[in-house]
Amino acid sequence: MQDAILEVDDLVVEFDTDEGRVRALDGVGFSVKAGETVGVVGESGCGKSVTAQSIMRLLPQPMGQIVGGAIRFHGQDLASLSLEEMRRIRGARIGMVFQEPMTALNPVHTIGRQLTEVILLHKKVSKQEALQKAVAILDRVGIPSPDIRMGEYPHQLSGGMRQRVVIAMALVCEPDLLIADEPTTALDVTIQAQILELIQELQQDMGMAVMLITHDLGVIAETCQNVVVMYAGRVAERGTVYDIFDKPSHPYTQGLLASIPRLDTTPKSRLTIIPGMVPGLRDLPPGCRFENRCPFSDEACCVQTPVEEAVSGQHTVACLHWKALSPAQPGGVI
Amino acid sequence: MTPLLEVNDLKMHFPVREGLFLRASKFNRAVDGVNLHVAPGETLGLVGESGCGKSTLGRCITRLYQPTSGEIKFRDQDISRMRNRDLLPLRRDIQMIFQDPLESLNARHTVGEILEEPLIIHKMGNRQERQKRVAELLNQVGLPARSVTRYPFEFSGGQRQRIGIARAIALKPSLIVCDEPVSALDVSIQSQILNLLVELQQELNLAYLFIAHDLAVVKHISDRIAIMYLGRIVESGPGEALYRNPQHPYTQSLISAIPVPDPHQKSQRILLKGDVPSPINPPSGCRFHTRCPRATQICKEQEPVLTAQPETGGLVTACHHAGPA
Ligand SMILES: Nc1ncnc2c1ncn2[C@@H]1O[C@H](COP(=O)(O)OP(=O)(O)OP(=O)(O)O)[C@@H](O)[C@H]1O
Ligand SMILES: Nc1ncnc2c1ncn2[C@@H]1O[C@H](COP(=O)(O)OP(=O)(O)OP(=O)(O)O)[C@@H](O)[C@H]1O
Ligand code: SF4
Ligand code: SF4
Ligand SMILES: [Mg+2]
Ligand SMILES: [Mg+2]
Repeated sequence: MQDAILEVDDLVVEFDTDEGRVRALDGVGFSVKAGETVGVVGESGCGKSVTAQSIMRLLPQPMGQIVGGAIRFHGQDLASLSLEEMRRIRGARIGMVFQEPMTALNPVHTIGRQLTEVILLHKKVSKQEALQKAVAILDRVGIPSPDIRMGEYPHQLSGGMRQRVVIAMALVCEPDLLIADEPTTALDVTIQAQILELIQELQQDMGMAVMLITHDLGVIAETCQNVVVMYAGRVAERGTVYDIFDKPSHPYTQGLLASIPRLDTTPKSRLTIIPGMVPGLRDLPPGCRFENRCPFSDEACCVQTPVEEAVSGQHTVACLHWKALSPAQPGGVI
Repeated sequence: MTPLLEVNDLKMHFPVREGLFLRASKFNRAVDGVNLHVAPGETLGLVGESGCGKSTLGRCITRLYQPTSGEIKFRDQDISRMRNRDLLPLRRDIQMIFQDPLESLNARHTVGEILEEPLIIHKMGNRQERQKRVAELLNQVGLPARSVTRYPFEFSGGQRQRIGIARAIALKPSLIVCDEPVSALDVSIQSQILNLLVELQQELNLAYLFIAHDLAVVKHISDRIAIMYLGRIVESGPGEALYRNPQHPYTQSLISAIPVPDPHQKSQRILLKGDVPSPINPPSGCRFHTRCPRATQICKEQEPVLTAQPETGGLVTACHHAGPA
């Protein structure tokens, strides 16, 4: 087994808001190894983007603060780096792609200028070489007539093309790790398929690790080797993609998997639901955060915070009663 | 069964204004010759990529738009050219639900006022009867009775969608155009709303035109499905047949592109080249020919028409080379 290139350990992040301090992440931990794709999945507000922003040191300032835990990249604690040192890592060794490509692109500069700027910032190359590199990467991400596109502005491109440009910018310096936060959520399925395929190809070419944030379990199943399931600022369960889909051991993971409509289910049959909704950061239940929606909760769940326990191998779950519920366990009910 | 709704060769062309005098020299052919029908109590799912004209079609049918040409027959009456004043009884019978309920709900009105408004407009009952109806509606969509005094912004996305649904069923319509009603919701909330829509349909014998880009969602809720590409229906038929045995290359690639939530089943994606072309200047012949893996010369020259496909369980397909993938 290879060493992890990214280790997130017991991460705690808080925000100062008008109505006081809220804790958005509460002890989040997982790791990403070289060359693998780790999917981070969970519903809106569970802390996926805050996790990504913490790793990149892009939390909104001064409201967002890392108040505990560690983020190690190749063994080095990112939280202890100066902003200047972090800037050198960002873009060069960790690339990033967000849901809305326009936030990553400058509307008043040409695609070519933005790409070459990134290259010149991180690589000791001549302007000429940077231009060549830029055209080559645009070609690589599947943009037709890249030399013409170099002179165009972001608004002249379609949504799918813009996301390709953002991927090109994220990858032009051949980073070790790509953090992609919902990179295809705003795109149509046929374009999504193109982009996911592209990320996978580039990953194989470059041996890069990918942390893919999404709420789409289909995307996870198709692209990831390992999965982190988040709920309300904590990790509910993690493991290989087979652990999570074949032997989901957390009631939340089980509920998520049961509630998605699938192409092969009987039309209009009743879908399994998770009752209620994700609690806000200001009214989190004291024990297990899933307690108010969980079909298996009891008094213990209301007071005791579940800690991560090993199911088998890399598979861990944070639920007090997982043994009685897990399909991985003889006698498990689900 | 005689259809509740029948749409024939419907077109909606938006003028594209440009130049000094803002003369419309070009048209955005958002809906460009659509045929479809919906039976009472039935769900027709409408799927297609962004910008293919789904919402525009829905807005023509609810007569939020006046279509450029074609026929919209509702209970055998062509409503496509009806004037506003004649549309009032129709507005009772055809309702719409939107993706973002907040946009369609008046933020300064309480939920009670929002739900009572259509009853007032259509002069239904006295104050007391209306309030009783509002309470009944809240109960039907699974919202607490105390919601009447609260404002839309105080609710979560899923609850707001419930308010939108309550308003849509307030006048006991027979058809609801649902424009991406669950697209913005989380999976666990999405399943709650889908269950509610199915329940209400059975209870009230509602017909739905259900617009979405998520084929798995559409497959779940629909009896029949129509696939739309650049302003036209390219294939339609019973959901099961369409999903198991699609004959149109676009439907095939669309289905293959859906990520399947099962790691054992790595789908064989049929990747399409390039982006959807602009509806302002759609490709000649078959509009899909610029991206179609099966395109030949005839596809560039002749527009294919919807043709029944034998032994497919009821599919109609517009393709010169229709057949299995
Ligand atoms: N700047 C901020 N100030 C206060 N709270 C914040 C801030 N940014 C995020 N949060 C809170 O932190 C929590 C996690 O948010 P985050 O954006 O990480 O969710 P997410 O999992 O990415 O959701 P989505 O799927 O909607 O993108 C949320 O409750 C959110 O309201
Ligand atoms: N009111 C309008 N005026 C002018 N053009 C419009 C108007 N509404 C839609 N269009 C154009 O018509 C075409 C079809 O748009 P429409 O909103 O119907 O697509 P859609 O299939 O609903 O897409 P999406 O999945 O993104 O909602 C687009 O090119 C759009 O820009
Ligand atoms: S700890 Fe209790 S409430 Fe939480 S997921 Fe497990 S059973 Fe449910
Ligand atoms: S008509 Fe031709 S271009 Fe159009 S879908 Fe069929 S094969 Fe493809
Ligand atoms: Mg996010
Ligand atoms: Mg639309």
